Amino acid sequence: MSSRDRVRTALLGLWSGLALLYLFIPIFIVVLYSFNDNKGRFNFTWQGFTFKHWAHPFANSDLSTALQNSLVIALATTVIAVTLGTFMALALVRYGFRGKAVTDLFVFLPLATPEVVLGASLLGLFLTLHVGTGMITIIIAHVMFTVSYVVVTVRARLEGMDRHIEEAAMDLGAAEWTTFRKVTLPMIAPGVASAALLAAAISVDDYVVTSFNAGSTQTFPLFIFGATRQGVPAEVNVLATLLLLVVLVLMALNVVLQRARARRDVRATGGAPDDIGLELAEAGARG
Amino acid sequence: MLRLSLRTRRTLLPYLFLGPGLLWLIVFYAIPLINQGGVSLMTGNPEQGYTLQWHFATYTDAISDYGTQFGRSVLFAGSATVLDLVIAFPLAYFIAYKAGRWKNFMLLLVVLPFFTSYVLRTVAWQLILNDNGWVVHRFQDVGLISSNGRLLASTKAVVAGITYNFLPFMVLPLYVSLEKIDRRLIEAATDLYASRATAFRKVTLPLALPGIFAGSLLTFIPACGDFINAALLGTPKQYMIGNVIQSKFLNILDYPTAAALSFILMTAILIGILIYARLLGTKSLTEAAA
Repeated sequence: MSSRDRVRTALLGLWSGLALLYLFIPIFIVVLYSFNDNKGRFNFTWQGFTFKHWAHPFANSDLSTALQNSLVIALATTVIAVTLGTFMALALVRYGFRGKAVTDLFVFLPLATPEVVLGASLLGLFLTLHVGTGMITIIIAHVMFTVSYVVVTVRARLEGMDRHIEEAAMDLGAAEWTTFRKVTLPMIAPGVASAALLAAAISVDDYVVTSFNAGSTQTFPLFIFGATRQGVPAEVNVLATLLLLVVLVLMALNVVLQRARARRDVRATGGAPDDIGLELAEAGARG
Repeated sequence: MLRLSLRTRRTLLPYLFLGPGLLWLIVFYAIPLINQGGVSLMTGNPEQGYTLQWHFATYTDAISDYGTQFGRSVLFAGSATVLDLVIAFPLAYFIAYKAGRWKNFMLLLVVLPFFTSYVLRTVAWQLILNDNGWVVHRFQDVGLISSNGRLLASTKAVVAGITYNFLPFMVLPLYVSLEKIDRRLIEAATDLYASRATAFRKVTLPLALPGIFAGSLLTFIPACGDFINAALLGTPKQYMIGNVIQSKFLNILDYPTAAALSFILMTAILIGILIYARLLGTKSLTEAAA
């Protein structure tokens, strides 16, 4: 490596570090201000370190209800969207059928529609049909805009899969359903897991579409946005930090599980390990 | 169970797999869009309700009344997309080629913002750019803004917020497309006496184009409809078309105008994508996007 190359790499590294810092600063602030000993409603200036907000994270009952709603919605959304989306991905990758190109485009369209349009038009439909908005309509909306992400993520995994393994199973007398359960499903499982994580993350975090279809139901992001005028309570920072920790633990677990699996696979087939970060990157990139 | 021949099963199965999901998208995505088209042609008022009158003037009124906000949306989203590209390209390049064992850790840092509430991160920017905050004072010290100048409630803040919020959507596709490039092609170029800069310009950049296009779409489209950044970091002077649609729909209950505005936004974006598709060829677009 010449010295010019070294300078170039160093500059590139510096730029990358600064870019990551830019991404990281607001998250750091969110976590930091969960420890702020703030007087009064506003949590805007640093007034000293305290654990008091962490002692009673669920003290604010409106906030707890909102978070609980968000988690229930995310769970329901994830289960429905992952089921629908996985089968759609299977159909799109594994079968040739009439109207495939149109279907491909149609599944991609919701990803290319601004959320404000998705939210507003769905509310328009509910208003036209006189459907009251609430928990159920939020779940309907969330499934609608997460299912395409699931299709894209699972599909990426399916496309990288060796079909011969399934064919071998069938040649050895396994029925289609058995093959699916014992061969296909375990092989696409990491893709399905990433898709589920992605769907849950998008659902918990959504403000725009939810704001249209929530009626009087509060969710975590709606609560935060509503609270911005009177000052966001520090408990919000505590709960957001907790959520982040849960996700990080889940991701770490996934990595550990995949490493163990990969070690087993390497012994058996010489396959390469994969990684949740990469899965998500690809999902994000393709989404 | 019904016994069908393998052949029939293989032709029916994909439809069976697709059916439920497709139905969901038709009922809750396609039909609402069509319905929205109908609503936009209605007239009436919130008290007595709206009826379909094929009132096309709503569209011309919407464009003349809210042209500024449309322009702002395109301008803010466009600026943020360009800034994101400038910030993200070196970062994605570093992660793909230079990060070594730090690669996964860096990717994790890139996706980390996805797991902290979007609204809350924007509130954090409010706090960072706050009039009494450390950042404003340093900007004033250095003379970047006047001694009573503000960062919050300005166009700068809104664009910075949008740039921040959509940066991961630019980094990830760029990373994937750079990662996919066969490094031997770049080596071949330098072996054939291309300078490093020429190799970058003639080999790396063209091969990274799908990533650039995908990243730009993923940043520009949601940024165009965004209203959280303008609402939290700006003033009504920075309001974008998303803010107008939201308040028309939820506060003023002027459904036809809201519907017309979202229809115009959607159509403009679809036309944009189609032009892209023409420029790139449909296949590479769906490859890049799907």
